[in-house]
Amino acid sequence: MSDTIKDATLEYAVRLGDDANVLGHRISEWVSHGPFLEEDIAYANVALDYIGRARMFYGYASELADDGRTEDDFAYMRDDRQYHNLLLMEMPRGDFAYSQVRQLLIDVYYNLLLPKLAESRDDTLAAIAAKAIKESRYHLRRSRDWVLRLGDGTEESHRRTQAALDSLWGYTHEMFEMDETERLLADKGIAVDTTRLRDEWHRQVSSILTEATLSVPEDGWAVRGGRIGYHTENLGHLLTEMQFVHRSYPGCQW
Amino acid sequence: MSSEQKLSLQEQQFMGKINAEEKIEPKDWMPEKYRKNLIRQISQHAHSEVIGMQPEGNFLTRAPSLRRKAILLSKIQDEAGHGLYLYSAAETLGISRDEMIEALQSGRAKYASIFNYPALTWADMGAIGWLVDGAAIVNQVSLQRTSYGPYSRGMIRICKEESFHQRQGYDIMLSLVNGTQEQKAMAQDALNRFYWPALMMFGPHDSESAHSAKSMEWKIKRETNDDLRQKFIDQTASQIEFLGLEHPDKELKWSEERGHYDSGEIDWEEFHSVIAGNGHCNRQRLEHHIKAHQEGAWVREALAAYNAKKQAKQAEAA
Repeated sequence: MSDTIKDATLEYAVRLGDDANVLGHRISEWVSHGPFLEEDIAYANVALDYIGRARMFYGYASELADDGRTEDDFAYMRDDRQYHNLLLMEMPRGDFAYSQVRQLLIDVYYNLLLPKLAESRDDTLAAIAAKAIKESRYHLRRSRDWVLRLGDGTEESHRRTQAALDSLWGYTHEMFEMDETERLLADKGIAVDTTRLRDEWHRQVSSILTEATLSVPEDGWAVRGGRIGYHTENLGHLLTEMQFVHRSYPGCQW
Repeated sequence: MSSEQKLSLQEQQFMGKINAEEKIEPKDWMPEKYRKNLIRQISQHAHSEVIGMQPEGNFLTRAPSLRRKAILLSKIQDEAGHGLYLYSAAETLGISRDEMIEALQSGRAKYASIFNYPALTWADMGAIGWLVDGAAIVNQVSLQRTSYGPYSRGMIRICKEESFHQRQGYDIMLSLVNGTQEQKAMAQDALNRFYWPALMMFGPHDSESAHSAKSMEWKIKRETNDDLRQKFIDQTASQIEFLGLEHPDKELKWSEERGHYDSGEIDWEEFHSVIAGNGHCNRQRLEHHIKAHQEGAWVREALAAYNAKKQAKQAEAA
């Protein structure tokens, strides 16, 4: 592997790790707050899947970096300008509709992305993706079911779900944008060209939303910047909480 | 035959099964007090699993490493699962989960008082797993032989997972005592705060226990509060020594004669005060549960409305 490709792959692994870590953290905030016990179990389960992915991606990143940094150094010792997750992942927990809508948007995305990543010419990334596909299939079943129920449930649930959709939609566009790093890797068959996923994603999401009696938002409003560390104000608070213990006792083993 | 004599025949058959160590099953006849006693105990156990998610959930988002966070998530997930089995076991006795939750939220039903103590540092996640789950296991191992079938089977399943919980708690403590001075101090502080409340988990002395005698006769309980507590004291003493921590009970002494540790007296005033609802976190725990439940009301309504619409559509199509 040339140095350029290695550096780019490292950055790509960190990005995917950041996505999983930040989203897993957000979902874990639901534990003991769910509308009933089965949902607490489901949230803990999904959060665990994402934390597991974060560990695999960061683990690979530390292998590539080969400078003594561990998975925890990536998670706990970087500030928000160095985090490169998609903005959608860091948006607050919100109400149950907000979390399920976010999950639907992301689950459809991963169900398109992971099968492609599983064909990556990078064996480690391919193996992580292959494992994650099964999880994301289950995640999508759940978020799809919930969006259908909430959209087509009561007047209140419909209103909340539409509001969540309208306020999250603007953060979906950057999922399908590529910068030079990802373009370079996609050309080598290592990264997934996400620009090619957009149409199918839009078709699948629209079909679910329509069935749920929800309106698909217009595309005019788009916020971007996660991949270059240009975040919303939410991430700093999330990291403050996540990193507090780890940073208060530097250099400790836990 | 008069109805009284009939009843006593049923009662005789019931006691015959109990004495023969046969399990009582949901459809079997059982004395009303047996049923009530079981509902009280099983639902209290279920509520404890559910309320117990709060102090740990409170630390999930601050777990100091990804590995620890993953383990803690998996433990909490198990606990919610235990809550479910136990609610289902209680439902076989003719009470609904909604009724049990209502009893919890109105303060009529109890949960383990240990969760009325705050979880303040990462070491508390270790102490809770090691001591609280440890004390729970001592009790639950004994309950695997309880006379009510669904409860007994639930306990067998739960015990397998609980031993993993205790090990993960002890493992957190081990990492801390092998770490820096600050980490070791954190471990000692957590032990000091959780040791006595963990002993209280076994309930009052046998002589003071309101439900014990009948529960023992019916084999709902298989060992007394004091015997179970003694087991826990004995097993914990060597674990504390292995960790190199100071034992919080200054009067603890090995008795050759009894083959057990003699220990200092529990602060029973504190015990009764926490049970009466005046502990550090009683109100906070219930308010949290009620708030989550209320915030979820519109979700449960949406689910019911959606299912009703779906059924109506199916009926139309048929």
